[in-house]
Amino acid sequence: MATIFIDNAPYTVKDGQNLLHACLSLGFNIPYFCWHPALHSVGACRQCAVKQFRDEQDTRGKIVMSCMTPAAEGTRISIDDPDVKRFRRSVIEWLMTNHPHDCPVCDEGGECHLQDMTVMTGHDYRRFRFRKRTYRNQHLGPLVNHEMNRCIQCYRCVRFYRDYAGGRDLDVFASHNHVFFGRHADGVLDNEFSGNLVEVCPTGVFTDKTFKEHSTRKWDLQTAPTVCVHCGLGCNTIAGERYGSLRRILNRYNHEVNGYFICDRGRFGYGFVNSGERIRTPMVRRSKAGKMEPISKEDVLKHLEGMLYFGARVIGIGSPRASLESNFSLMTLVGREHFFAGIPEQEQGLIGRIVDMLSEGPAPAASLKDAEEADAVLVLGEDIANSAPRLSLSLRQAALNKPMEIARKMRIPEWSDAAVRTALQGQRGPLFLATTAVTKLEEIASGVVHAAPDDIARMGFGVAREIEGGARGAALPAGEMSSFARAAADALKNAERPLVVAGTGCGSEAVIRAAAQAARALCSAGKEARLLYIVPECNTLGLGLMTRKHLGDAFRAAGAGPADIVIILENDLFRRADETQVKEFFRGFRQVIVVDQVRTGTTRVADVLLPACTFAESQGTYVSSEGRAQRSFKVYLPEGDIRESWRWMADMAEIAGRPEGKAWRNIDHVVKALAEAMPVFEGIGHAAPQAGFRVNGLRIPRQSHRASGRTAVSADMDVHEPKPPVDSDSAFSFSMEGYEGMPPPALIQRYWSPGWNSVQALNKFQEEVAGPLRGGDPGVRLLAQGSLESPAYSGEIPPPFAAREDSWLLVPLYHIFGSDELSTFSPVIAGLAPGPYIGIGEADMKRLGISEGDAVVVTLPGLSRVLPVKKIAGLPQGIAGMPAGLMPAGWIGLPAWAEMVKKNGG
Amino acid sequence: MISIIRTIWKVFLHQFRKRVTIQYPEERASLAPRWRGRIILSRDPDGGERCVACYLCAAACPVDCISLQATEDENGRRYPEFFRINFSRCIFCGFCEEACPTYAIQLTPDFEMAEYNRRNLVYEKEDLLISGPGKYPEYNFYRIAGLAISGKDKGEAENESAPVDVKGLMP
Repeated sequence: MATIFIDNAPYTVKDGQNLLHACLSLGFNIPYFCWHPALHSVGACRQCAVKQFRDEQDTRGKIVMSCMTPAAEGTRISIDDPDVKRFRRSVIEWLMTNHPHDCPVCDEGGECHLQDMTVMTGHDYRRFRFRKRTYRNQHLGPLVNHEMNRCIQCYRCVRFYRDYAGGRDLDVFASHNHVFFGRHADGVLDNEFSGNLVEVCPTGVFTDKTFKEHSTRKWDLQTAPTVCVHCGLGCNTIAGERYGSLRRILNRYNHEVNGYFICDRGRFGYGFVNSGERIRTPMVRRSKAGKMEPISKEDVLKHLEGMLYFGARVIGIGSPRASLESNFSLMTLVGREHFFAGIPEQEQGLIGRIVDMLSEGPAPAASLKDAEEADAVLVLGEDIANSAPRLSLSLRQAALNKPMEIARKMRIPEWSDAAVRTALQGQRGPLFLATTAVTKLEEIASGVVHAAPDDIARMGFGVAREIEGGARGAALPAGEMSSFARAAADALKNAERPLVVAGTGCGSEAVIRAAAQAARALCSAGKEARLLYIVPECNTLGLGLMTRKHLGDAFRAAGAGPADIVIILENDLFRRADETQVKEFFRGFRQVIVVDQVRTGTTRVADVLLPACTFAESQGTYVSSEGRAQRSFKVYLPEGDIRESWRWMADMAEIAGRPEGKAWRNIDHVVKALAEAMPVFEGIGHAAPQAGFRVNGLRIPRQSHRASGRTAVSADMDVHEPKPPVDSDSAFSFSMEGYEGMPPPALIQRYWSPGWNSVQALNKFQEEVAGPLRGGDPGVRLLAQGSLESPAYSGEIPPPFAAREDSWLLVPLYHIFGSDELSTFSPVIAGLAPGPYIGIGEADMKRLGISEGDAVVVTLPGLSRVLPVKKIAGLPQGIAGMPAGLMPAGWIGLPAWAEMVKKNGG
Repeated sequence: MISIIRTIWKVFLHQFRKRVTIQYPEERASLAPRWRGRIILSRDPDGGERCVACYLCAAACPVDCISLQATEDENGRRYPEFFRINFSRCIFCGFCEEACPTYAIQLTPDFEMAEYNRRNLVYEKEDLLISGPGKYPEYNFYRIAGLAISGKDKGEAENESAPVDVKGLMP
């Protein structure tokens, strides 16, 4: 701790910070542009000037940049000195000389850091009488809009895109006052974090192109805290609505999880909520051959009354993309023994193993923050940039932890970004990747090997054995792989906080065990080792904690005896199992009841179809890959008869005569029942304040105090304004009325503070800039770690992979745009997703005598399909790949052996 | 007694004073151009819609009686997809006009808007949009803004230099 004097008043600040960081943490307002809490200081914009004094006697002082000056013991500065105020005003006046007269037509307007800072410094009228510099814009793809005239040359975009996110195709061009930020030519931005430019850019140069389609000002958006539903990491987001449609997603800061950034799938995948494929009304098929007819909510419940009599044999299929509450309500409705996770047997086996390893092993599950702090990383079988994109950003930062010692030795403060990068000379810490094919993270990896899933597992076991000193585990794989395993083991052994990452990605149970074995070995070596398993969907782990029963069990249960009804919750079984098998399964029931958000193959065969709320319209708890239960809140009420899945289930329970039907009046009742029914979920009630929570007797408003149009929005239909609906499930109100101050961290619905209209207002919500949120970061970790004493992992070490002469091992290949189900309903994401293909390595292409684009007949037992060939770099011989989530029914359950023949004349 | 007579005398004298009351509607008062009456949306000198749907009028409105949705046409011009003023709520304070950065929304010296039915006081864009520039005949926002629209490329706005040649080396 150090004491500094700001305008002659003493303040205590943490050691090793810069003055800007310290002053903002203390709640002072200093304008800044180039500094960003995650990108640190470069001192480029000259905006954050303060006056520094030598000692008490010094009255003249000197102007310094607060972001480049350490907050050392006894530092005396003045923020309010007239000289320095004039200096800051002049700086912004220069920055504004070329700024166009665009604010009314700029999407950043009203949440613009430049606007805020201009007002803060007091610059008002443009005195500069010369011409304004202009630029031509570039087309940067369907996600990000470019309007270069608005640039103030703070360099944040390239520092984020290149230095932080590892992108290459955005750079700075030209010189002096012609400096230009863009690509070398028009084209789609290549980096999976390009959407963060929207939040990083302090002006309107980079704006959200999907938001532009239905642009709305920040003050008009009705917002609520949500959790991203597009992968298993559980990034926190803020979703905004206006006029009944979801308008955009912003990052919501959670120090433990996503910090300042989210990936493009999470930011731009929201389009499915507004999609034409949404189910908006209940539908009923009166006869098996008949057509679906729309029906009202009352009538469909009456219709269900005829089926759900007492004693009806009902089974329920849950979903990894539905909330815990929805799954639990279905489980309660059908009874625990009739509830099955809607996940194929093989995948559910992997998830069960992950749950075992995380709860029994000595290494705790790593949060994204832990991953960012790791100083050596081993990745087994995961294409992280595509299967859990936000994690790859964390690992890119983790790769700088080890080399940071160089900077520390040279006594360069960590926040002095340019100096640190110069000192590091591009060095990276240990990051070892064992994957099936070339992945994006390879450019920063210190060791890479491409192998079959079984060989990856052997590698993991080999690393574990090396760490343990040959006590247990497989003989090391030979050749290239052995040197990889040795190097990885050495690096992990020499690290303080090593991290092992694996997951369901390559479909191998042995890989999951191997990762746990390696983490365990590190723990016994006395390291603070962490383990991170990547799971595919937003609630995969939650469902895995709820039940071990899988789709195969459901198929068998249906085949075993006559059943009447199957209720399928937010799940497309045709994505999970073979088409004929699923059709056979459905034929075994008199009635198929489907509750879902969007039209899928499964909703088409339903006899009763109930429209469900998406994440934006419902409240629910999701368990992330870290085992963190996080609450997502409804942003707005859906139109018509669209309802939360758990409400449909509660109604059905009431029809079926179960007591829960009447007892569950709001979601807290469901949460409470779940916590009581299953000890593992005991803590989920604490994930966020309950419905009865009030601050000074007031609810938290979803709308800002500047929300407009209240008396005109619906005036075309009725001049009498409707009463705002009441939210019985949460402490939020659907209006601008309520507590205006800072809500508890789990209920932060927008970042705003007087004078800070942009997302940078976040500084005011943190205990310390870039630190935890005031009141603690939201979410409850459900998995307690095991101990070293827990029984050692048993299980076979798989034999080495042997390529076959006439068939290939098909492995899944992941795509950030396409592999997730819901986001592909968003038009922009669908446009960026590839089509079905068969990925083949170079050696095999030569062997088969085919080239890229040729058609190949791929045959699995009982399935055959002609697919175009795509060259996948790094795929080992004997292995072929298929895009995960992009193939039609049946092509799941990989890895599997398939035959391939070149299509003749095709 | 005297006071009564005095009062009658005073009332009698008033007959010869100049009349203040106007015989509306036969006779019309002349209202100043800046009188705050019925709100209109004006057009650019070249006929385009002036409103760029920036939402500032809606934000400034103390009774929240303006609502709109922004969209963009094929020329790159932003405009309101719908623009609605609920005049049964409007208090004619003129804040919207003050907030408007493009002189699109203007209050006019017209107050004759009475209706028997409150519904009819809800004005849509068709009812609000006039065919001229209103009080500001010269102003054309897109000639000043840096945004390129068809017919006005980058660097062609007022006080702008030609677009930078990013690949050029000249100072």
